[in-house]
Amino acid sequence: MTEPHFERDIDRSHMQVSDEIAIQINKMNKWYGQFHVLRDIDLTVNRGERIVIAGPSGSGKSTLIRCINRLEEHQSGQIIVDGTELTSDLKNIDKVRSEVGMVFQHFNLFPHLTILENCTLAPIWVRKVPKKEAEETAMHFLEKVKIPEQAHKYPGMLSGGQQQRVAIARSLCMKPRIMLFDEPTSALDPEMIKEVLDTMIELAEEGMTMLCVTHEMGFAQAVANRVIFMDQGQIVEQNNPHDFFHNPQSDRTKLFLSQILGH
Amino acid sequence: MSDTHAQSTAFVRETMLPAKPAPVTQTGAVRWLRENLFSGPVNTALTLIGLFFVYTLVTHFYPWFRHSVWNANSMAECRAAITASFGDGATGACWAMIRERWHQFIFGFYPPELYWRPIAVFVLLFVALAPVLFTHLPRILLCFSVVYPLVAIWLLWGGSIWPVTMVAVGFVLGWLMLRLLSGVGSILAIVAAVVVPVLFWVFAVGPLDDALTSVLPLAIEPVASDRFGGFLLAITIGVGGIVMSLPLGVILALGRQSNMFLIKTFSVIFIEFIRGVPLITLLFVASLLLNYFLPPGTNFDIILRVMILVTLFAAAYIAEVIRGGLAALPRGQYEAADALGLDYWKAQRLIILPQALKISIPGIVSTFIGMFKDTTLVTFVGLFDPLKGIPDFIRADFNWKGIYWEPFIFVGTIFFILNFSMSRYSMYLERKLKRDHR
Ligand SMILES: Nc1ncnc2c1ncn2[C@@H]1O[C@H](COP(=O)(O)OP(=O)(O)O)[C@@H](O)[C@H]1O
Ligand SMILES: [Mg+2]
Repeated sequence: MTEPHFERDIDRSHMQVSDEIAIQINKMNKWYGQFHVLRDIDLTVNRGERIVIAGPSGSGKSTLIRCINRLEEHQSGQIIVDGTELTSDLKNIDKVRSEVGMVFQHFNLFPHLTILENCTLAPIWVRKVPKKEAEETAMHFLEKVKIPEQAHKYPGMLSGGQQQRVAIARSLCMKPRIMLFDEPTSALDPEMIKEVLDTMIELAEEGMTMLCVTHEMGFAQAVANRVIFMDQGQIVEQNNPHDFFHNPQSDRTKLFLSQILGH
Repeated sequence: MSDTHAQSTAFVRETMLPAKPAPVTQTGAVRWLRENLFSGPVNTALTLIGLFFVYTLVTHFYPWFRHSVWNANSMAECRAAITASFGDGATGACWAMIRERWHQFIFGFYPPELYWRPIAVFVLLFVALAPVLFTHLPRILLCFSVVYPLVAIWLLWGGSIWPVTMVAVGFVLGWLMLRLLSGVGSILAIVAAVVVPVLFWVFAVGPLDDALTSVLPLAIEPVASDRFGGFLLAITIGVGGIVMSLPLGVILALGRQSNMFLIKTFSVIFIEFIRGVPLITLLFVASLLLNYFLPPGTNFDIILRVMILVTLFAAAYIAEVIRGGLAALPRGQYEAADALGLDYWKAQRLIILPQALKISIPGIVSTFIGMFKDTTLVTFVGLFDPLKGIPDFIRADFNWKGIYWEPFIFVGTIFFILNFSMSRYSMYLERKLKRDHR
């Protein structure tokens, strides 16, 4: 089995899981028409946790994390994010969305706005931050993802890896307390995956609460404190990364691991 | 240096070859002709047939243009002049009519001593359009663009300045309501922004107008709608329709995509109804039917009525064009906007519409061009459009009885220039937006 391979050591001093609950999901179910996508999901995420969600394609991983910021609506059960329950109440939804950042597989940058404008748009219009201050914050985060020099270009001029780092910076500009990642490296060429993972590792080192759907098992082993395995809309197994990879319990997990890690 | 290479490698190029000029058959006119006109037997045959057609057309029409007469006072004088110069049976264009009557094609029956007013409105139109069309101009100029419609209405129709001022005050009231109440609730703010101005216009304008007029009677000479004609009429209706149909089209397109059943149903029915009915029908509605619905004695201007129905007509088409643009946007754009916490209106205004409108530019401009040409249909409700209304009026004059092609050519040329400019502008805009975003 391939071991995680990152050039530098990971600084774990700030990676502390607190007792405070960030996300609480109780008996949550979701259907697409007649199709039962998510079945009785129970999940508690504490502040500071770094969770990797794995599972075969179509198992409902994306749907699960998209329910957490209400990009998808659940039909039964409870989702409580930072003490706010997600219902059809728009105020609650807006509140949760401004607390939760999301990074998509296909970046979803706004192509008609510059990188800087992409990053300042939501702070200015949602948080009502003055433009100058929003730009300073944006430059701070663009420096953090190591592309301040691209600030005045348009997304179409950047490589995939750069675009994804901008997308991360754009989310961070809203100062979220929780970050969701939906396969952030799946659309990238191999040589760009690392730069995005590095950015995500830095975020983890700062103690961000993260839920990542990803197939980068090296990343999971390096930074996750918990790996969740989903299949057919259910959480099949969850464990710390070491035990998850070295001592999987269910047959489905074993099969999945053998498929994605090779023999 | 070459020694070291010679030992280890079989071949190393030491000097790069300069580029050579391409053979004559690959460059310039010869190549262009070969590739575009004579690339094969079929293409060669088509080229020859085409040349023959062009030749026939030109030889057929050229004499008519060559025999043009510019100085004459009637059709009969024109014919006499042509016969005198080119012999019996010669035909020729009688541009003398245009020379004598051009002002009617342009201004209709607008009082000649007041021509400066439509001219000023036309010139100011460009001042108002400039900051909208060319985004690098200072934004402050947009203030004028906003008040321009009222200035134009006042200059064109004349009369007291107070009614248009009252209209403006109504809009300002609506805007204030929106600003003040948007903190309380967006629905409430929108309702108040619509209701308050309407109440103001219905109840307060009359007394206020009287009061202000008695204090300060600021007025210019009024011009009635039946004095409008020709391109003045076409451009008034066309520009009014364009300005009003774009926002309405955007709202209808969004309505059609809405999750709210009533709004969606209304938009669909409206769009499909309008698109299913010929414009002429709507124009007849404007001229006849509206009278039945309006309280008796209301003086609801015919040009305004026509403009409203032309607007509705164009808006339905524009809504469909924009819907295409909206559908072309990837779902991810909506999701990213949602995930960042932007509400529906902000997401539409900042993310979705700028992109959807950009995609829709060619379709929107086509609709505008179509609408502008369709303004000639107002002839059927008794208005003097430049293509039929005005020429028919001129032909009714005994002097110009029997003149046929000249007005069509003259009016057609002006329409072509105006529409072609719109089309070129839309191409400029597309190129510019493409350049900006890549
Ligand atoms: N909008 C939708 N409508 C209907 N079915 C959907 C929709 N989105 C996803 N699905 C289905 O739900 C299942 C789970 O999808 P998803 O959460 O995207 O899986 P994963 O991210 O694990 O690959 C899949 O079978 C998919 O086909
Ligand atoms: Mg997925």
